[in-house]
Amino acid sequence: MDFNFTEEQTMIRDSLARLIKDQYDFDTRRKVVASKDGWRPEMWAQFAELGLLAAPFSEEDGGLGGGPIDAMVVMEEFGKGLVVEPFLQTVILAGGFLKAGTDAQKQDHLAALISGERVFAFAYAEPKGRYNLADLETTATKDGSGWKISGHKAVVIGAPWASHLIVTARTSGGRRDAKGVGVFIVAKDAKGVTTRDYPTVDGRRASEVYFDNVTVSAEAVIGDPSDSLGLVEKVTDEAIAALCAEACGAMKVANAQTVEYSKTRKQFGTPIGKFQVLQHRMADMFIEHEQSVSMTYMATLKLEEDEVTRKKAASAAKVRIGQGGRFVGQQSIQIHGGMGMTDELAIGHYFKRLTMIDSEFGNVDHHLKRYTELSAADVAVAAE
Amino acid sequence: MNLEFSPEEIAFRDEVRSFIRDNYPKELVGLGNREDLTREQFLAWHKILGKKGWSAPAWPKKYGGTGWTSTQRYIWSEENARVDAMMPLPFGVSMVGPVIYTFGNEEQKAKHLPGILSGDVWWAQGYSEPGAGSDLASLKTTAVRDGDHYILNGQKTWTTLAQHADWGFFLCRTDPSAKAQEGISFILVDMKTPGIEVRPIKLIDGTHEVNETWLTDVRVPVENLVGKENEGWTYAKFLLAHERSGIAGVARSKRGVERLRSIATQETLDGTPLIKTDEFARKISQLEIDLTALEFTELRTLASEAAGKGPGPESSILKIKGTEIQQRLTELTLEAVGNYGAPYARGMMHDGTNEVGVGPDYSNFSADSYFNMRKTSIYGGSNEIQRNIISKMILGL
Ligand SMILES: Cc1cc2nc3c(=O)[nH]c(=O)nc-3n(C[C@H](O)[C@H](O)[C@H](O)COP(=O)(O)OP(=O)(O)OC[C@H]3O[C@@H](n4cnc5c(N)ncnc54)[C@H](O)[C@@H]3O)c2cc1C
Ligand SMILES: Cc1cc2nc3c(=O)[nH]c(=O)nc-3n(C[C@H](O)[C@H](O)[C@H](O)COP(=O)(O)OP(=O)(O)OC[C@H]3O[C@@H](n4cnc5c(N)ncnc54)[C@H](O)[C@@H]3O)c2cc1C
Repeated sequence: MDFNFTEEQTMIRDSLARLIKDQYDFDTRRKVVASKDGWRPEMWAQFAELGLLAAPFSEEDGGLGGGPIDAMVVMEEFGKGLVVEPFLQTVILAGGFLKAGTDAQKQDHLAALISGERVFAFAYAEPKGRYNLADLETTATKDGSGWKISGHKAVVIGAPWASHLIVTARTSGGRRDAKGVGVFIVAKDAKGVTTRDYPTVDGRRASEVYFDNVTVSAEAVIGDPSDSLGLVEKVTDEAIAALCAEACGAMKVANAQTVEYSKTRKQFGTPIGKFQVLQHRMADMFIEHEQSVSMTYMATLKLEEDEVTRKKAASAAKVRIGQGGRFVGQQSIQIHGGMGMTDELAIGHYFKRLTMIDSEFGNVDHHLKRYTELSAADVAVAAE
Repeated sequence: MNLEFSPEEIAFRDEVRSFIRDNYPKELVGLGNREDLTREQFLAWHKILGKKGWSAPAWPKKYGGTGWTSTQRYIWSEENARVDAMMPLPFGVSMVGPVIYTFGNEEQKAKHLPGILSGDVWWAQGYSEPGAGSDLASLKTTAVRDGDHYILNGQKTWTTLAQHADWGFFLCRTDPSAKAQEGISFILVDMKTPGIEVRPIKLIDGTHEVNETWLTDVRVPVENLVGKENEGWTYAKFLLAHERSGIAGVARSKRGVERLRSIATQETLDGTPLIKTDEFARKISQLEIDLTALEFTELRTLASEAAGKGPGPESSILKIKGTEIQQRLTELTLEAVGNYGAPYARGMMHDGTNEVGVGPDYSNFSADSYFNMRKTSIYGGSNEIQRNIISKMILGL
């Protein structure tokens, strides 16, 4: 057993932390979020230069030979800095799918992804699908050798910045069937794709994406078009682990800022951090963060294990992080008093990001249910 | 003890129900209790109630109250909540009004009470300062006597909706040498007086709900002092107790539960309405049970008030539980709308290109409401302070 980071991972962490400190301070972020585009392509170029976009990919695929732990390191720093750029969507999600793609797809897309040229978004959720990845009304039907896609994808994070979309669509079967899920790469400027772009409450950008008989070639298919739910689940579990790491980073800073505030803010002639009720609250926040870190390690380390183990680990981590993030977020505001309610302080923005992380790729209830169902299946197998 | 309404009470309920149905401004329907309405929107219903004589049911009849029993007042809030009515803001009707009719002189009553009742005059609460939040008595804003004026200097903050205010009631230090609580006075200030500057504070949901209020050599006639000089703390505490009892918000939370139920009927999980799933249905049940406990605690408090006991430290229960329920409601609403909690509707309102919101209408502002409601456990005496009050005043610790 070994919970240490490699030299490379420590280097990534340090150089990224420095970059964020120098160029991603809270005031700069505020200006970027409020700007017309809402992100900085030049920051993305720096991420590419630092090798962040290459970190989790194997050397054969043009990467630096890292893996999920490298992604975890990056995401935790992004969480600390409330970074809005679409690393999760591009590197973890699109990258995760492309790793499973053909050589031609890798040559075409992965190289451009790693160089920072191409930015992706993952169009999976639908207005009525909630968190069920198989609940698809978007369809892909055979069209000569290629496919024709129609449907509406909801709240596609990072889509306004993306040149390409990874799209899930139903190729056969009923609306929530496990079979019949396909994954497609679609250029955002393809004919028939329209978007409605908007800001999100946590400072990012998203789109409603509409596909109206969008034709793509056979080369646009990743994996087996008739049976890719397994792939989708695998990649989203990787995204969940990464998202948990981001939440850990955000919790860490929220806790540190709250403790610091409680030492300097005086009421009744004493720092409020001297009130035991707040001390215990902050002790609990500390515990929540530590447990979240533990669960993030656990889920990340189990990503390559068998399917049931991986899924249970990802769901378990997402449940703890959802609960811990909520507690830390709410109490950070509470302990800051009125100041916590202001847009001016960073703390409210950590709270908002932590809130939204809970609902990305399934909230606490969703993952408790998934975990319970997987456990029940285990028990049933054991009983046979 | 008896829970049934009498025939007279039922007749009363029908009367107010049809009055609300016929008179509640159509343009306010659906706006609920948003923080970013215009002055006219905030005041529209208040003004109609003012004309009818129903804007301040809790006031004594001789000052313009309705003379309703506590049961009638309960019915009144319930009926307004049914349409999610934008009720008169608390600053005039629930806060400064009772202070003026209880401690003010005849001129002050004659001058200020009519405008509070009619909704023509908007009041702001100038209590908190950057250094004086929970420890309100440490406030530093000064009022120095100069002939027949006070000269006010200092900074107030968190002044809710002061951008619309015509008048403010301010706590100022008039005797700097006295013990913290003993040198404070309660002063009414015309917000148009030179030297007052109101600066916006943006909150985490993007609204402009509160302000900093800066006072520089503001000259206020001495006749604007309420009660006695240096006894303002007594009036301030009297007001806080009133503020707390209104804060339970039972009727409004009931309406919130109904709304949540309706959302959970429209939202689905794997094709099943959310309301039909055990997990979510139980969460709503739990909330309703907590709300029932709060409601009956409030009814008991009202009954003892009617029996002549003023709002006591028990009102801290109403503040704590009422705000926890309001927060939980918005938390569950955000949970119910799933992915559509993320779009920032208020951001779309201001970019000039898009219409407001994506996703179902009920999803708009769900995250913002959740963020905004965090304020309720901070203001009006934070929930930690309320627990301190219970520990000290009731448990004797
Ligand atoms: C089953 C059992 C086995 C035990 N075994 C051993 C043993 O093997 N060896 C041994 O030496 N002792 C043992 N103990 C004793 C144990 O260490 C004491 O009970 C413990 O230290 C608490 O002391 P107390 O019971 O006097 O409670 P108190 O110290 O009087 O505490 C009462 C309450 O006040 C709280 N409290 C006290 N101080 C503070 C503070 N500063 N801030 C906030 N809250 C506070 C406590 O948390 C508790 O809730 C055992 C006790 C039990 C119940
Ligand atoms: C949206 C909003 C609207 C408001 N509107 C108005 C208004 O119109 N007029 C007005 O005058 N004021 C208003 N307020 C101010 C409000 O009353 C104060 O925010 C409140 O009194 C808390 O003070 P503070 O913000 O300085 O927090 P602090 O007093 O600094 O408290 C910070 C934290 O410390 C805790 N704490 C403090 N003392 C203790 C203690 N002894 N024991 C345990 N914990 C403690 C608090 O509970 C809180 O969690 C408003 C505030 C908000 C957020």
